Amino acid sequence: MEEKFKEEVLRGILALYEGKRKELIPILQETQGLFGYLPKEAIRLIARFLNITEGEVYSVASFYKYFRLMPLGRNMVTVCRGTACHIKGASRVFDEISKALGLKEGETSSDLEYTLETVACIGCCSLAPCVKTNYKVHGEMTREKARELFLTSN
Amino acid sequence: MSHECNALVCQGTGCKSGGAEEVLSSLQKEIERLNLGKRFRVKQTGCHGFCQRGPLIVIEPEGIFYSKVSPDDVSEIVQSLLSEGKPIERLFYRDPVTNQPLPHYRDIPFYNKQQRLLLRNCGNIDPEEIDDYVSAGGYQALPKALFKMTPEQIIDEVKRSGLRGLGGAGFSAGRKWEECYRAPVQEKYVICNGDEGDPGAFQDRSVMEGTPHSILEGMSIAAYAVGAQHGYIYVRAEYPLAVKRLRRAISQAKEKGFLGKDIMGSGFDFVIELFQGAGAFVSGEATALVAAIEGRRGEPRIKPPHLAESGLWGIPTLLNNIKTFSCIPLIIERGAEWFSSIGTEKSKGTAVFALTGKVVNTGLIEVPMGITLREIIYGIGGGIPDGKAFKAVQTGGPSGGCLPASLLDMPVDFDSLKAAGSIMGSGGLVVMDQETCMVDVARYFLDFTQRESCGQCVPCRLGTRQMFDILDEITKGQGKAEDIDLLLEVSQAVSTISLCALGKTAPNPVLTTIRYFRDEYEAHIHEKQCPAGVCQMIVS
Repeated sequence: MEEKFKEEVLRGILALYEGKRKELIPILQETQGLFGYLPKEAIRLIARFLNITEGEVYSVASFYKYFRLMPLGRNMVTVCRGTACHIKGASRVFDEISKALGLKEGETSSDLEYTLETVACIGCCSLAPCVKTNYKVHGEMTREKARELFLTSN
Repeated sequence: MSHECNALVCQGTGCKSGGAEEVLSSLQKEIERLNLGKRFRVKQTGCHGFCQRGPLIVIEPEGIFYSKVSPDDVSEIVQSLLSEGKPIERLFYRDPVTNQPLPHYRDIPFYNKQQRLLLRNCGNIDPEEIDDYVSAGGYQALPKALFKMTPEQIIDEVKRSGLRGLGGAGFSAGRKWEECYRAPVQEKYVICNGDEGDPGAFQDRSVMEGTPHSILEGMSIAAYAVGAQHGYIYVRAEYPLAVKRLRRAISQAKEKGFLGKDIMGSGFDFVIELFQGAGAFVSGEATALVAAIEGRRGEPRIKPPHLAESGLWGIPTLLNNIKTFSCIPLIIERGAEWFSSIGTEKSKGTAVFALTGKVVNTGLIEVPMGITLREIIYGIGGGIPDGKAFKAVQTGGPSGGCLPASLLDMPVDFDSLKAAGSIMGSGGLVVMDQETCMVDVARYFLDFTQRESCGQCVPCRLGTRQMFDILDEITKGQGKAEDIDLLLEVSQAVSTISLCALGKTAPNPVLTTIRYFRDEYEAHIHEKQCPAGVCQMIVS
């Protein structure tokens, strides 16, 4: 469960590092693991800890898709748009889920319950098309299965 | 203590998504409940390869293969293991054409037409137990290298084996090692590239999850050969199970003295750290990967200098793919002559493919280089489902190309694929049928590459976007007569002037689809028709 940003919690993470530049990405990963995204205050603190500018931290955080600068929904719904998934109809599955949740790609619901995203490949190509809800992978998805999945969770 | 039989339950990511964890825990509980633990061993394994038929169980020593197993089947399975028990027919794999049951693993064409070498442990050992890897013959090559061979002899063996890098480009592994070895410095790095970013590929993931120690052993031998003391394995963040298994493997190897200081009493020190990627396809490029480990934006830089000269923090670095390192223990153990007897003249050894898409048997396969596309797609893959016609097979991910039916008898090796306009790549093989639109496929790949372009150089940043926009319009019925020539012109610029291989190879899907499926482009442009019935043509 993610926590609200608290300075002392972040300082607890930083205490395990040495303050070297190479630690930036692992620190950002741990910070996001704890808070669910990278709060502004965290970035400020991390920059100071590594003795680099906030701009440099943003430059790295904004390059990698994994890092979020805004909070996410409690439930991550990820539709795979890998090659195998694509030719097996991933875009139709996506449309169905988008309709069910009322969200476009990259959007988070206003009640912070759901975030809908796509990803280039989750590596389960044999079971295409795939959808991931939080850590669970659902394979061989169809429009009907997508409708069922989101009707029961709504 | 040896058991009467072992039940090997696949716990690869694919099977797990189908409920394999519940099957494993139910089986373990049932064996415990009936107090049969001394007679029967339940073992979790890595990917058996036949992902579509999962959850899978193999019963050794007979080699009985059960597919699509559910927790409800468990008590029957256990009963069948007892002396009066018979194997369960309804869980057998059946030939999709004749419906004949094939109870034994070795009789199933999907398996018996493969040559599983670097995947030899996947599906047989528990990847979380180092003792399983050792019992299967692991950590024999490392002491041979450390105590019976010199670095020069090891590099010579790898060169003579003919092993070419299995990450995509196919550069001679031995020559790469030699370049790094020659760098006249004391400090060096070895990096293993586990940033398998090609959509449609999961070979590296399966090796990391299924046989992590073969990677560690291969890296250690390489480090000893080139003179490195520190190694990194770069794993995609999207592969949490691979991260977990590698972490555990590193810690177990350290405990047993196969990693760390004074390895096996040889005086050689080598440590391996894990680095998790943060989601960037381009960071799989060698120089970009190095930038990511350094804590910077994962953008490529101009080469030369190559990594062997200036790598991580400017220090000479050897970088190879997961599969390449996994081959090393075998080559050292069995020798270059043995390895080079497999494959073709210029492409030695085997290739691992993720066979997916419109094919009956999807999964992970390993075949000798030189096998034909037809033998893979029809012999192992079982052909195209639902009686549809084969149209194309895509190899090499977004850097590769689509090959038509006329090339089905082409041997699969580095140079033949290149001559046909594609590449070997990391090993994705996506089969397409008559209902796939080849213009849509080109558009799909350009959508991917222009999203993933790091944006540093103009030809890639703007060129991929241009190609995508033109393809997008064509698929919407808004293509113009000059579009094909324009695509070819832009492709020429992008492939020649881009800074790195992402840009240089981005046009390949467009070039091959125009080369082999030009009629589809023309139908979209001139007749505003999509022959495959995929594109929604909005004709104004």
